[in-house]
Amino acid sequence: MGGVMRRRVGSDGLTAWLFILASLVGFAFFYIIPAIRNVIISFTHWNMLSPARPAGFANYSQMFGDSVFWNALKITFLYVIYNIPLQTVLAIFLAVMMDRFAGSIVIRGLLILPYLLPPVVVGLIWLWMLNPILGIVDVALKNIGLASMPFLGSVSQALPTIAGINIWEYMGFNAILFFAGLQGIPKSLYEAAGLDGASEWTMFWRITLPLLRPVTAFVVITTVIGSFQIFDTIAVTTTGGPVNATRVLVWYIYEQAFQQFKMGYGASMATFLFVLLGIIALVQFRVFRTGDSDLA
Amino acid sequence: MTTATSAGAGRIQQRVSAGKVIAWIVFIAIILVTLFPMWWVIRTAFSGSKDVFQNPSSLLPTGATIQNFQRVLGFMTPDQAIAAGGGSETFNFLVALRNSVIVTALILFGQIFFSSLAGYAFARLRFRGRETLFFIYITGLMVPGVVTLIPNFVLIHALGWLNTFQGLVAPFFLMTPFSVFFLRQFMLGIPIELEEASVLDGARPFTIFWRVILPVSQTALLTLGIVVFFQSWNNFLWPFLVGRNENVRVLTAALAIFQTQTPQGSPDWTGLMTGTALSMIPSILFLLIAGRKVVESLQFSGLK
Repeated sequence: MGGVMRRRVGSDGLTAWLFILASLVGFAFFYIIPAIRNVIISFTHWNMLSPARPAGFANYSQMFGDSVFWNALKITFLYVIYNIPLQTVLAIFLAVMMDRFAGSIVIRGLLILPYLLPPVVVGLIWLWMLNPILGIVDVALKNIGLASMPFLGSVSQALPTIAGINIWEYMGFNAILFFAGLQGIPKSLYEAAGLDGASEWTMFWRITLPLLRPVTAFVVITTVIGSFQIFDTIAVTTTGGPVNATRVLVWYIYEQAFQQFKMGYGASMATFLFVLLGIIALVQFRVFRTGDSDLA
Repeated sequence: MTTATSAGAGRIQQRVSAGKVIAWIVFIAIILVTLFPMWWVIRTAFSGSKDVFQNPSSLLPTGATIQNFQRVLGFMTPDQAIAAGGGSETFNFLVALRNSVIVTALILFGQIFFSSLAGYAFARLRFRGRETLFFIYITGLMVPGVVTLIPNFVLIHALGWLNTFQGLVAPFFLMTPFSVFFLRQFMLGIPIELEEASVLDGARPFTIFWRVILPVSQTALLTLGIVVFFQSWNNFLWPFLVGRNENVRVLTAALAIFQTQTPQGSPDWTGLMTGTALSMIPSILFLLIAGRKVVESLQFSGLK
């Protein structure tokens, strides 16, 4: 086979660069240059109306002294903690159910539906369902004799509620990913274990979960990184409130940059988040030992 | 002996069944919880805007009406709309729908065409620095959107592209690292023999790309197309920042702005849910028409 190809061994030089040119322009202007420029902007005071003034580390020192920023960081971590474990457990449960009993395309289609809706739409749906007094959830709580809950309207419940809304939106999609992972586990393992008298529960812990690890790692790493950037749901439900209860990092960055026009301050927090996410990704790669596989 | 075994098996069977029953109940409950909110949106959209306050728990529309749709779509005068219980603002669904279609179509075709050109070059063509450049593209996968948000906004502003379609699509039109990566991986797997005949005939790389590579990449292109469609259709933050003007305002931004316009104390819930219901239609239609392909595409690309 190599004969023909070997004649082209030299190089496709110019042609190749023409193929790449458009994507390179897009990559340079909307990824690489902005990523660098974000750091540059973070060292300035700039409201986009008058020219940027050099600020040195002023934005960063402001950031480290800003209690709202620290709170936003705390809230963001809390959100991830509310969101990820429950979402992952539910998704794995759904995937196992589909894999063992009900993997039809209809079920998968229904479960993935929330993920296909714009997050803005999902936020509005739940804003209405959770409305105090008129919302169906409140009405249902009263009908079964429970006290009504303020949900998005209270400092203590708003953040877990946002997490719940996003679990509703993403668990089906994650279940589909886990389902795909389960399809790769040889059925013969289950048959052998079944002959040995192992229960479904034992099989889950001894076969399914260990062999699913690469997929679990992938799903957890990407959903954690995504959760740290939660924005859309908050934009249409709580806009950061009540008080600072849902003022997560990306929302705070948005407020500072695009409502207060403190581009430099917004950019410094964005840089911080970039570094933070890099570290978190590295730690997770370590924890999940993503390089190895158990399916030898 | 037979009796003993079957008795033992029966006990196991029973224990498993109890667990299974619970698992099934939870499974069905989750599916109901997944679907119920969507019904609730539809039910509210068809309810009268005053009736909805009187009977908040009715599972069917209360005071069934299509007034909300007329109102939100702008088929009523502002006076009529206020009489029907809404604010005077309209959602202008049709304009927002048109804008969403334009933006998504541009991104879909631009991004996939230019990314497939790049993907082919990375998979097949030889040039200095290929591996290095590809590695740099891959690192682009890990740049979170919030990092490029402020500089991209500044750039679009400087170009005078705020509130234009080119401003809305620019960051996504020429490539995303994911699209290039995805297509390059697929094209690496195309048997090289397919191209050899064309090479012998002296065909130029672009001819080979157009005549050989793109046709055999159909499944990958479709898969990527579905992923890019939903990404672009559901995107909110960027259009909310650069495309607030009604002439270019896409569905997601239109909904968020509609919500902020409704009176704070008592939002126009039926109007809002009607807008929401209308916005759900394209995604649901897509799923109904091409369900299997959608599910499989997301399943496949999600794990790449």
